[in-house]
Amino acid sequence: MRRRDFINIAAVSFAGVGGLAVLVPLVSQMAPSADVLAQSSTEIDISAITPGQAIKAVFRKQPVFIRNLTPDEVAAAEKVDASTLRDPQTLEERTKEGKTNWLITMGVCTHLGCVPLGAGEGEVKGEFGGYFCPCHGSSYDTAARIRKGPAPLNLQVPEYSFISDTVVKIG
Amino acid sequence: MSFAWAKEYKPATGLTQWLDEKLPLPRFVYNAVGAGYPVPRNLNYMWNFGVLAGFCLMLQIVTGVILAMHYAPNALVAFDSTEHIMRDVNWGWMLRYAHANGASAFFVVVYLHIFRGFFYSSYKAPREMIWLLGVVIFLLMMATAFMGYVLPWGQMSFWGAKVITGLFGAIPVVGEPLQVWLLGGYAPDNAALNRFFSLHFLLPFVIAGVIILHIWALHIPGSSNPTGVEVKAESDTVPFHPYYTAKDGFGLGVFLLLYCAFLFFAPNALGHPDNYIPANPLSTPAHIVPEWYFWPFYAILRAFTYDFFFIPAKLMGVLAMFGAILVWFFLPWLDTSPVRSGHYRPLFRKFFWFGLIPTMAVLFYCGGAPAAEPYVMLSQLASLYYFAHFLIILPLVSSIEKPEPLPFSITESVLGKDESAVLNATPAAA
Repeated sequence: MRRRDFINIAAVSFAGVGGLAVLVPLVSQMAPSADVLAQSSTEIDISAITPGQAIKAVFRKQPVFIRNLTPDEVAAAEKVDASTLRDPQTLEERTKEGKTNWLITMGVCTHLGCVPLGAGEGEVKGEFGGYFCPCHGSSYDTAARIRKGPAPLNLQVPEYSFISDTVVKIG
Repeated sequence: MSFAWAKEYKPATGLTQWLDEKLPLPRFVYNAVGAGYPVPRNLNYMWNFGVLAGFCLMLQIVTGVILAMHYAPNALVAFDSTEHIMRDVNWGWMLRYAHANGASAFFVVVYLHIFRGFFYSSYKAPREMIWLLGVVIFLLMMATAFMGYVLPWGQMSFWGAKVITGLFGAIPVVGEPLQVWLLGGYAPDNAALNRFFSLHFLLPFVIAGVIILHIWALHIPGSSNPTGVEVKAESDTVPFHPYYTAKDGFGLGVFLLLYCAFLFFAPNALGHPDNYIPANPLSTPAHIVPEWYFWPFYAILRAFTYDFFFIPAKLMGVLAMFGAILVWFFLPWLDTSPVRSGHYRPLFRKFFWFGLIPTMAVLFYCGGAPAAEPYVMLSQLASLYYFAHFLIILPLVSSIEKPEPLPFSITESVLGKDESAVLNATPAAA
């Protein structure tokens, strides 16, 4: 290799690597900032939710549905053969052991992110008795599993734990 | 560039002569939209919409820059600052309505411009590059309009942002991180609003740049015309100025009448009342739809409700929606007929008026309707025809169709055949 070629390749490579390195901050500034990431867990008092009721809480600026299922709703969810579903999961897999009546899911439709109806008082619950997304007509059952419509997955179950019988920590 | 008989710019005064030697800007304008640009003499009113689109962009930039002087892109105050513009700023209501309705007007004009291109096959050689740049401009317009609609931070703004960025979430593997990256969070919030404002301000100037390329590419072969027969002689053309400046001026007057009718008498007719409710991340509006100009593509997005082999319905919808526009990029090579104008293509013409146009109308209607039957089924049928039209029907029609005889020249199509001048020429061969 000629000395001139070496200098040429070395200079262009150095400038190229340097140029790419500049892209790192330009790209990563778009990612969630520290204050957005800091809102990563929420504690919620669930003592006032009676069977059949649900509340909407906020986790990472997104709604979370906390629903106290009635025995009928639990039975309806368990009656379904999970293997026939689009996103096969049983109610047990979607709730904590011994607390299958507490259905805690994100209130974000897995299609395009609308908030499904069904958690608020008097809202439509759809033909499977769980949640109904008004945007594109996805219906979820009483275990918040997708049953009909364009959504590909069940409503996401966030990471959570029961701190006590009445307080749940999400995140 | 241009034809041999194009008039040459002659600076009239000492000052313009001095300028012509240093920076020949007047010469450039003279050759672009002045007497130095010869244009086919037979252009009909469908050829007004390019100039009108340029006017709309200027209108949007002027009103938009002014609105940005009064608007605050922060999730806490964005909605209030929009109301501040509407209630407190002098003439603020008019400027905002002018901008919002200006966006709609821009899309009306551009859709007509595109459909002019479809009917007269303006995309065919040697004008492919003009068409490709035009599709790029259209995509940029859609991105700009979408981000602009988010800025008032009302309910439709918020949920529009959520649904559209959710489209990227459908991409396998990288989708969700990409969506979070685009939004700068897990849901639309201050970070998203701020970057949308920044880009909404930037993109119109990018569009202006691509328009310059679009016009540059246009001036190499020169404008097409309703016969699709290329310019052959000076008698086929007239100078852009004063002939088409006058014709475009008249068109602009008609356009402004319609635009002002909306602006002053029905400024909210094309908007959604829900966007006067501040953004609420916990409650989705009952009927969420994009602005009217996205309806046909939104209908295609929602048409896919079942998994397609191994591709999930959601991803399929997203691919189809983007594909509906990307297919336009291939149009110059899908339509292989040597005849350009739909006037001389009997079969093409039928599929245009009774296939493509009704299909677009159905998609348009279904996109604005709720996601329920019969609209989903109609969207599915219309989406099927839409893709079949471009990918199957156009190539097939091009190969089996027998075009009608073309006029020998533009001049002949305007003035009729000069029988005494015809010696041995056989026009049908042209």
